[in-house]
Amino acid sequence: MSEEDNMTDTQRRDFLKLAGSAPALGLLGTVSTARAGKNGRVVVVGGGFGGTIAAKYIKRFDPSVEVTLVEKNPVYYTCPFSNTVLAGMNSMDRITHDYKKLAQNNDIKVIHDEVTAVDPDGKKVSLKDGKALQYDKLVMSPGISLDFNALEGYDESAADKMPHAWKAGSQTRRLRTQLENMKDGGTVIIAPPDNPFRCPPGPYERASLIAHYLKQNKPKSRVVILDSKEKFSKMALFQDAWAELYGNMIEWWPKSQGGEVRGVDIAKMRVLTVDDYWKADVANVIPPQRANQIAQDTGLTNESGWCPVDQANFQSTLQDDIHVIGDACIAGAMPKSGYAANSQGKVAAAAIVSELRGQKPPEPSWVNTCYSLAAPQYGISVAAVYELEDGKITGVEGAGGVSPRQAPTSTRTMEAIYAKGWYNAITEDMFT
Amino acid sequence: MWRSKIALTLLGGTAALTLSTAMAGDAGGKGADRSEMLAVTCAGCHGTDGKSPGPIPALHGLPADYIADAMKAFRDGKRPATVMNRIAKGYSDAEIDKMAEAFAKPGEDDDDE
Repeated sequence: MSEEDNMTDTQRRDFLKLAGSAPALGLLGTVSTARAGKNGRVVVVGGGFGGTIAAKYIKRFDPSVEVTLVEKNPVYYTCPFSNTVLAGMNSMDRITHDYKKLAQNNDIKVIHDEVTAVDPDGKKVSLKDGKALQYDKLVMSPGISLDFNALEGYDESAADKMPHAWKAGSQTRRLRTQLENMKDGGTVIIAPPDNPFRCPPGPYERASLIAHYLKQNKPKSRVVILDSKEKFSKMALFQDAWAELYGNMIEWWPKSQGGEVRGVDIAKMRVLTVDDYWKADVANVIPPQRANQIAQDTGLTNESGWCPVDQANFQSTLQDDIHVIGDACIAGAMPKSGYAANSQGKVAAAAIVSELRGQKPPEPSWVNTCYSLAAPQYGISVAAVYELEDGKITGVEGAGGVSPRQAPTSTRTMEAIYAKGWYNAITEDMFT
Repeated sequence: MWRSKIALTLLGGTAALTLSTAMAGDAGGKGADRSEMLAVTCAGCHGTDGKSPGPIPALHGLPADYIADAMKAFRDGKRPATVMNRIAKGYSDAEIDKMAEAFAKPGEDDDDE
């Protein structure tokens, strides 16, 4: 790194303060508005798996770009590993992260506030406290909104009684408490939505780890998955594991066998399928999803409810100078996973830095690696490498895929160890 | 650093405009190249710069040849693996070599003195 790149935060603020008070105010004002950082000013909205990474890697590729990360909450609860909390394997602390090191180590300004509006024409992000942030480039990594109108009777207040726990935090705690309070012999219903949704293997890992908890503590209980699909991620591997580890504890009802959920009856603790209902002791209803409301309000979504982007660089096809990454965007063959968001954040960072520097961006490359635990010592994975083909993110042929079936116990054990390694590495990539 | 100080002292007129325009094109860091682009995709498991904080092997500072040979051996089924065999199949020899280069010279990015 050359010497002049080491302008510290304080120096930069002084520079701006001085610029603002200098005699040639108009002239300097213009300059500093356009170029507060030497190579521009980026605002990142959303401090999850995509946003933290976009912010950090923009700074790594070009420390002179001024980067501000806006995240509503002072701490972040990861969805990955939240199923281990439900199973009592880990406490909430294990999945709780703050932004201090990310900010300090990488010279990123982190603002904890809610974004109330984005003005794509004025290139401005408005915050709840009344302030506004100007940007040259905006990265939106806002995640999902749950569609509380999709299932009859399942609105936001219903989620208190039948938690979705599909955004980690208080919902995770609530579902854990319900599992703890459930009597032995109870029925836990998990109702996953149709595709596309956040974390495709998540509901099935959840079923596995809840079964693990029940087997140890309430062995007469069962887990019933009422599914709106005919198949799911890592399906054969999960089903092998269920048979091996939990006998008949986990039942999976696909759509064709009456599994499709149309609503809930909160008062009677019933989950309603198309022709029938199921009585639950604990109901984990995961409703359909779309790009977070702020993406919709900003005009970044199409009729699908998700955000179309130029898949080479995640530039929105609907609004200029806004890149959308993570679960909210439509990213070709990539799933809505934490690792995918991480990889997308890096491609977007490289594209943005290159554009701000007037350079040609490097050819993009992506990876997804996603572990699931069928039990604490039983890991399975799916992986893929992606390239851009005809403008679409496409899996490289012959690469990737899931863990082998009929693998020795040592393979499952190793993958469970690697699942923890994955978690440690990806959260350190995000938060330090 | 001294240039920033000159920038501060020169602020006051058109000189500032000239200077800050010059600064705008005066790139910080080295930008993003293909080698970095390939290598940063590994960090989700192997840690930032390959500095693994957990049980997954670290890549930081390993010789480029070592990483490239390992990747090719995973790809070609000559080295046993749980997931790296599946991932390594996604890359050509040239891509593997480029990716490996980035881990071999990690020093460039962490000299924040």
